[in-house]
Amino acid sequence: MHIVDRRLNPGGKSLVNRQRFLRRARAYVSQAVRESLKDRSIKDLAKEGQITIRRDAIHEPTLHRAAKGGNRERVLPGNREFVEGDRIKRPDGGSGSGSQPGEGEGEDDFRFALSREEFLDLFLDDLELPDMAKKRLVAGKIEGIRRAGYSTIGNPSNLSVPRTMQKALSRRLALRRPSSGELRRLEEEIAEIEARKPPLPDDAVTLERLREERAHVIRRRNLIAYIDPVDLRFRRFEPVPRPVAQAVMFCLMDVSGSMTAHMKDLAKRFFALLHLFLSRCYEHVEVVFIHHTDRAAEVDEQTFFYSTVTGGTLVSSALDKLLEVIKERYNPADWNIYVAQASDGDTLASDNARVVSLMQDEILPIAQYVAYLEVGREEFASFESATSTTGLWDAYAPVMAANPHFAMRKVSHRREIYPVFRELFQRRGVSERARS
Amino acid sequence: MKAAIAPEPLFTGSDWDFTLINRIYDTVEPIALQEMKLDIYPNQIEVISAEQMLDAYSSIGMPLFYKHWSFGKQFVTNEMLYRKGLRGLAYELVINSNPCINYLMQENSATMQTLVIAHAAFGHNHFFKNNYVFRQWTDADGILDYLEFAKRYIASCEERYGQLAVERVLDAAHALMNQGVHRYPRVRPRDLKAEAAREAERQAYRDRIYDDLWRTVPVGTRADTVPAGQRRAALGLPQENILYFLEKTGPRLESWQREVLRIVRLIAQYFYPQRQTKAMNEGAATYTHYRIMTALHDRGWITDGAFMEFLQSHTNVVYQPTYDSGQFGGFNPYALGFGIMSDVERICIDPTQEDREWFGDIAGSGDPVEVLKDIWANYRDESFVSQFLSPHLIRQWRLFKILDHEGEAEVRVDAIHDERGYRRIRRALAREYDIARQEPDIQVVDVDLAGDRTLMLEHAVNDGVVLDSSDALLVLQSLANLWGYEVALSEVDAETRKELKSHRCNPQDDWMR
Repeated sequence: MHIVDRRLNPGGKSLVNRQRFLRRARAYVSQAVRESLKDRSIKDLAKEGQITIRRDAIHEPTLHRAAKGGNRERVLPGNREFVEGDRIKRPDGGSGSGSQPGEGEGEDDFRFALSREEFLDLFLDDLELPDMAKKRLVAGKIEGIRRAGYSTIGNPSNLSVPRTMQKALSRRLALRRPSSGELRRLEEEIAEIEARKPPLPDDAVTLERLREERAHVIRRRNLIAYIDPVDLRFRRFEPVPRPVAQAVMFCLMDVSGSMTAHMKDLAKRFFALLHLFLSRCYEHVEVVFIHHTDRAAEVDEQTFFYSTVTGGTLVSSALDKLLEVIKERYNPADWNIYVAQASDGDTLASDNARVVSLMQDEILPIAQYVAYLEVGREEFASFESATSTTGLWDAYAPVMAANPHFAMRKVSHRREIYPVFRELFQRRGVSERARS
Repeated sequence: MKAAIAPEPLFTGSDWDFTLINRIYDTVEPIALQEMKLDIYPNQIEVISAEQMLDAYSSIGMPLFYKHWSFGKQFVTNEMLYRKGLRGLAYELVINSNPCINYLMQENSATMQTLVIAHAAFGHNHFFKNNYVFRQWTDADGILDYLEFAKRYIASCEERYGQLAVERVLDAAHALMNQGVHRYPRVRPRDLKAEAAREAERQAYRDRIYDDLWRTVPVGTRADTVPAGQRRAALGLPQENILYFLEKTGPRLESWQREVLRIVRLIAQYFYPQRQTKAMNEGAATYTHYRIMTALHDRGWITDGAFMEFLQSHTNVVYQPTYDSGQFGGFNPYALGFGIMSDVERICIDPTQEDREWFGDIAGSGDPVEVLKDIWANYRDESFVSQFLSPHLIRQWRLFKILDHEGEAEVRVDAIHDERGYRRIRRALAREYDIARQEPDIQVVDVDLAGDRTLMLEHAVNDGVVLDSSDALLVLQSLANLWGYEVALSEVDAETRKELKSHRCNPQDDWMR
């Protein structure tokens, strides 16, 4: 009897089927993934999770009898009170016929768990930074390898058999290594003479000569190897630096006193998504966090998302800070510069002119893309965004009209964050295709 | 034969290792083979982890299978239920192949491994090898090789024609899988020699009766169309195996598509016996493990504690909730099979007067295992219930039969566990296990060869229960795509021949694009 231990066999046999399933239900799954976002806290944005999709999206139809109608009979266990001929009110559900109560969680939903990777893939599908055009060689950054001839040393897996055999052949020819055919011919001759009966008179002499010759051939063959270590040739590869597109994303957030907790939450969610997207999809993107009240400061990620400073509002301070950082560290000739700004739009009227001029004349010319996100009050979620405007919004409106790479959006509810985020960073080809 | 008494129990804790499994197997084997005289395929026992069990679940229990998204769907559902603790995994999985492959879960305790070996390696194994439905329909020797072939073939099709195209064909074939089995043994394929001999015989007959005079008799103009009877005969109609019909006659299928249909059809055929013998198969395995475990305990091979553990899981397995308990989901095949088989044992050993009247041929025979082995070999669920469900059991389970007629406001209790009801209940329950009655009887009846090649199907409706129409339309769409022309399904009452409903469907142009 055989006992086989299969526990060590590679697992994940169902992985391919799982991926195919996800691809099949892709539209529904991405929808569900995006839906699930609004209930997540900022910290949990990128965790694995459970999602629910409509069952009919992945329905497998068969020909089967309807659950209702027709004349049916059924045998059931556990009769306590009935006698023949009793009439029972028909239960509400499936006429007491084939439907199975207590199975699954209702017919319409199909629930399952997604891993973190799958979640993020669906979540950040089709997003990109627009217009990432400036590329340059970065020292120490090696992006690929390419073939570079042959070398005499190398890794066995890189052994080039054709080249090695070619070398061996030419060496054997040059050193006149006797071929195996030659040896065989000698041996045949010897065998022929040995077998000859009666032997010819000079056979003994010939045999002696042939045997000597054979010994010589064998010795030569042994001395001159078929393949010698000097014949070995290995494919050589060398690393090549490739130009990379470097980008920096400036996250500007208003944390002034006019921003309510709700607004800050919206803004932080937006930046959290942005950060997640950049850190996952781009290797060469740096993120600079700047928050401002009436003063602006460059802060680290932790402070940006979790600090509770507050104060007055001076939007231009943040733009000044931004330009200062650019001057210091990010040469516009080498870097693709992106700016995402979030604010409640509440500014000092006197500051607006300066904000617009900074944006229009200094930032937009060197930036690839600037997005302005205005966060609104929850209570006015529906109509405020449509009708009333704020100081900053009005100030930016003409800027947007003049610059195609400047975009503004309003959000006033959590559920709008992700759609707006997608709108701002959707891969261009895709959105155009969708629109046409 | 004198049974060996254990010098000491096989194990005391719940841990096991491979030597212990070997010893368990060697202890169980003589009980099964020499005392019960079971007849089995050689066993191969494989230990797998929970992950691998989940994998196996999602490919209908087979160790290797082609790739398809629906198995992924199975997988994510099972995984979710398992991880949340809503559902445990089976303790074992057994494959009807030669050698018979038994999967044991590594999480099982030593007692459970003993139970599983008795249950699967001997109970199911004997049933697979001996039951007539399996002998008739499945090829235990070839199934693993065939699956291997199917997997490779479908993978190569995906490479050549694209994953999407293959997926579409598989989707369509899966939708028709239940209509892809031959329910009755086919006429064996005719060989060329016999065919030629028959043709020669016919020719000789024609020669003999030839009379030149007939040539002078005037004939009418010949009809252009082939007569319906001849056309149907040529197409092999009516045909209940829709996948077979498509494979052989589908006018627009490419050869790889035919082969894919064939693969799905043959796999459906392989599983067909399992669907017909669920209660018997589980009953046989449960009866076997119960007997073996009891014998092991009697002889001291397993401890009282282990036996208690076994009894607990055994009673869980054969638990039958009553209809109003809230957990009722139909009859538990383990409970039904094991219940009837234990009852047969009782009838053989200690029959009452009633049993003698009902089961004259087996009552008091004294050798229940022989009787049961005969039952295991020669019955399927439907005939098994209709023969061996005893009045004793009907009373014990307090079975009753209800009639639910369309048009009546209330459900009527038609029979209960009394003298008047026994036979009616037994017949009704047997019918519930008759696949031919439970599944819609759908046949390909004709093809409009002279016109637009519409494929005509007919559903013979029993008891006025028509098809679920939303699903039926989806399946017809797949069928139309495979057929390449219009498909019409009419639902006709089996008795009155009155048409109750009809569906039509045209193929989609962009199906393969």
